[in-house]
Amino acid sequence: MADPRIALARVTKTYGAHQALADVSLEIAAGEFVALVGASGSGKTTLLKTINGLIVPDSGEVRIEGEAVAALAPHLLRRRIGYVFQEVGLFPHLTVAENITITPKLLGWDKPRRAARAAELLELVALPQEMGLRFPAALSGGQQQRIGVARALAAEPHIVLMDEPFGALDPLTRDGLGDDYRALHERLNLSTVMVTHDMTEALLLADRIVVVADGRLIADGTPQALAASTDPEVAALLAAPRRQAERLRARLGEIA
Amino acid sequence: MNPQVEAAFARLPEYFAWHVLLSASALGLGLLISLPLAVAASRNRHIRWPVLAGASLIQTIPSLALLALFFPLLLVISAASEDLLGYGFSALGFLPALLALTLYSMLPIVRNGTTGILSVDPAIIQAAEGVGMTPRQRLLQVELPLAAPVIMAGVRTAAVWTIGAATLSTPVGQTSLGNYIFSGLQTENWVLVLFGCAASALLAMVTDQLLGLIEAGAARRDLKRAALGAAGILIGVIVALTPLISFGKPASYTVGAKNFSEQYILAEMIAERIEDLGGEARMKEDLGSAIAYRALASGEIDVYVDYSGTLWANVLNREDNPGRQEVLEALTKELAERDGVLVLGSLGFENAYALAMRQDRATALGIESLDDLARRSASLTMGGDLEFFARPEWTAINEAYGFNFRARRSYQPTFMFRAVTSGDVDVISAFSSDGRIAADDLVTLTDPRQALPPYDAVVLIAPGRVNDARLLAALRPLIGAIPVEAMRDANYSVDRDADKRRPVEAARALSQQLGLD
Repeated sequence: MADPRIALARVTKTYGAHQALADVSLEIAAGEFVALVGASGSGKTTLLKTINGLIVPDSGEVRIEGEAVAALAPHLLRRRIGYVFQEVGLFPHLTVAENITITPKLLGWDKPRRAARAAELLELVALPQEMGLRFPAALSGGQQQRIGVARALAAEPHIVLMDEPFGALDPLTRDGLGDDYRALHERLNLSTVMVTHDMTEALLLADRIVVVADGRLIADGTPQALAASTDPEVAALLAAPRRQAERLRARLGEIA
Repeated sequence: MNPQVEAAFARLPEYFAWHVLLSASALGLGLLISLPLAVAASRNRHIRWPVLAGASLIQTIPSLALLALFFPLLLVISAASEDLLGYGFSALGFLPALLALTLYSMLPIVRNGTTGILSVDPAIIQAAEGVGMTPRQRLLQVELPLAAPVIMAGVRTAAVWTIGAATLSTPVGQTSLGNYIFSGLQTENWVLVLFGCAASALLAMVTDQLLGLIEAGAARRDLKRAALGAAGILIGVIVALTPLISFGKPASYTVGAKNFSEQYILAEMIAERIEDLGGEARMKEDLGSAIAYRALASGEIDVYVDYSGTLWANVLNREDNPGRQEVLEALTKELAERDGVLVLGSLGFENAYALAMRQDRATALGIESLDDLARRSASLTMGGDLEFFARPEWTAINEAYGFNFRARRSYQPTFMFRAVTSGDVDVISAFSSDGRIAADDLVTLTDPRQALPPYDAVVLIAPGRVNDARLLAALRPLIGAIPVEAMRDANYSVDRDADKRRPVEAARALSQQLGLD
C-alpha cells in the first residue's frame, strides 16, 4: 500500500504547563476530506499547524507523502501544501493575480505560466477574470476568501490545510463557498484537513470527522459512525446540530 | 541688488554643493545603518530597547557638541591607525561632519522602521509563512513594502534634521551653508546670517516635499509618484554637485581663516594675490583656533595667518618668553623640523594684548610706557575684558611692573571700549590690531620689559606647498608690509556699525593703500 498523504505518529506539544497535543497519531489518505472538530483550546489548530511546520512538535513525527516534515526546509514544505485561514491574509500591496500566483513565483514559474495559472484559478473559484488586476481591498469578504482558496491551490498541492476558513463569512456566502470547495476537492483529488468548531459545517462537508479534546483524539469516523457513537462528549457535540435540524424541519414543514 | 546679497550669491554654488553632498551622504549612510538596525530591533525583543534608547541618547547630545566631539575622537583613531598601519587621516572637515550627522539622522529612521515592521498585520505575516516564503523573502517582499510609508516618514524627518544640523559643520572645517551664518555672526552681518538660514531652510523644504512624494507613492502603491520623487532627489543632488567638480582641480589653493574679522580680511588678501598670479584660491573660514594649525600641517589648507605667541604656547607648548625675534626664529626652525611647515615671515604687525589709554589722558599724565603707568597706577582705574585678569598675560605684566590700581573692573569688550572713552576707567586691555584703538583715539602703551608675549602675525605654508614657487611669489610681498595702523583701519571698516565693509572690500582697500595691488 502507498504511503498515506499525511501521517502523525505519537505527536506531543506542550506550552508551559498546558499540553496542547498529547501523543496524537493520525493517518490521512489521498482524497480524504477530514474535519478536525473541538472546542477552542482543544489543540485542533496546533495539530493542523504541525503538518505544515508552522508549529514544531516536542516529540513524535509528522510525515507527508512518506517524507519526514522535520527533515524538509520549512519554506519548501509549505510550498507543497495549500494553507487557508480565517483572516485570509491577502497581501494588500499585490494585485489579486499576484496574490494568487505568489507560491508559483517563489517556485520560479515563468511569467506566462503564472498568468495562465491565475486565469485558470479565477475560473476555478468562480470569479471574473478582470478581478485579477484589482487590489484585495476592493473585494468583499467572500471574494477575498475565494482568492485565499485560489492562492492555496495555485502550486497544485496534494494537501490543503484549512483553519476555520469560512468562519468570518455570512451564512449564505459560507454555504456557497463550502460547496464550491468540496467540488474542487473531488475534482483535484486533494487531501483536505479543515479545522472548525462548527459541527454542522463538519457534518455537511467532511467524509471523516476527528474530534479533539484536551490535546487527544476522542473520536474518529464518518458522520454516520459519529452519529451512532455512545460517547457522551461526542453525543454532546452532535446534540446542537441535531436539535437545529429538527427545529428547521418542524418550522419549514409548517411553512410548507 | 544689495552688494552684500550679491556677494552671498557668488558663494552659493560652492556652499550649496558641499551642503548637499554632506547631507545626502550622511542621510544615505544613516539609512544604510539604520534600516538593518530597525529590522534587527523588530525581530528581536532583547535588542529593541537598547537600539531605540541608544538612538534617543544620541539625539539628546546638542548637535554642535556631537560634531565637535568627533574631532578628538578621530584624532585618537587617526594616531592609532598611523601607528598600526602607517596611514593616518584628517580629523577635520568632511569626515567628522559626516559621522556626526549620520548618527544624528538615525533615530527617526530606526524608530519608524521598527514600528513600521512591527505593525504589519499578523495575518499577513502568517500568510507569508504559509505560502512558503523564507524569512528573507518575507522581509523584502512583504514587511518592507508594507512598512515603506512609515519608514519614508522617518526618512523625511531625518532629512530635515540633517540639512539643518549640517550648517553646524563649518567650525570643524567643513564648508556648508553654515559658512554664511558663522561669518555673519562674527562680523555682525545679519544679512549674511539670514541668507544662510534661508538657503538651508529652502533646501530642507524642497527635499522634504520630494521625499513626501516618495512617501505618498509608497502609501498609495503609486509607482509613478514615487519614481518622480526619487528622480527629483537624484537630479537635484547631481545638479547641486556640479560646481564641486571644478573645485577639485589640483591647481587650486585653500586659504584658511580663523573666526574673526582680521583673519577674514587677510585670507581675502592672500586669495586675491594667488588669483592675480593665475592660481585658483578657495577659502576655508571659521576654523577653530586649535583646529587651524592642524589643518595646515595635514595639508587640508595650504596657507593661513597665525600669531607667534599662540603657536609658541599652543603648538610648541612653551611658557617662557625669550623675546620677539627669538620666538620668531625658534618657531621657524621648530615648525619646519617637526611638521615641515614653513613660517614665511611676519606681516609686520602684532595682534597682542596691549594696554590702551585715551590719547589726551595719556599725554596729560605723561604716560607712554607700562613703567610710566605703574608709577601713576595708585590713582587710576583699570578695565579688562571678561577673561583678562585671569590670564597669564596679566600675571606677567603685574609681576614685571608692580601695578597698584585703585580699582579693577571687567567688561564685555564693546562696553569696555565705551568705558574708557567715557572716562569710567583710565586704561583697558585691548588687542593691538583692534580697529577701535584708532577709532576711539586711544594709544597703546609700550612694554619696555617685554613682559607681554609677542603676537606677530605670521604667514604659514603647508608642508606640501613649501616649494610652490607661484604661491611663495604671491605671498612674499606681504612680508613686513602691513603696519599695525593699516590693519586696525581695515578691521574697523568691517567691525563698525555704520557703512560696514565686507572683508573682501576691506582687503582690496588695504592692498591699495599699501601699494600691494
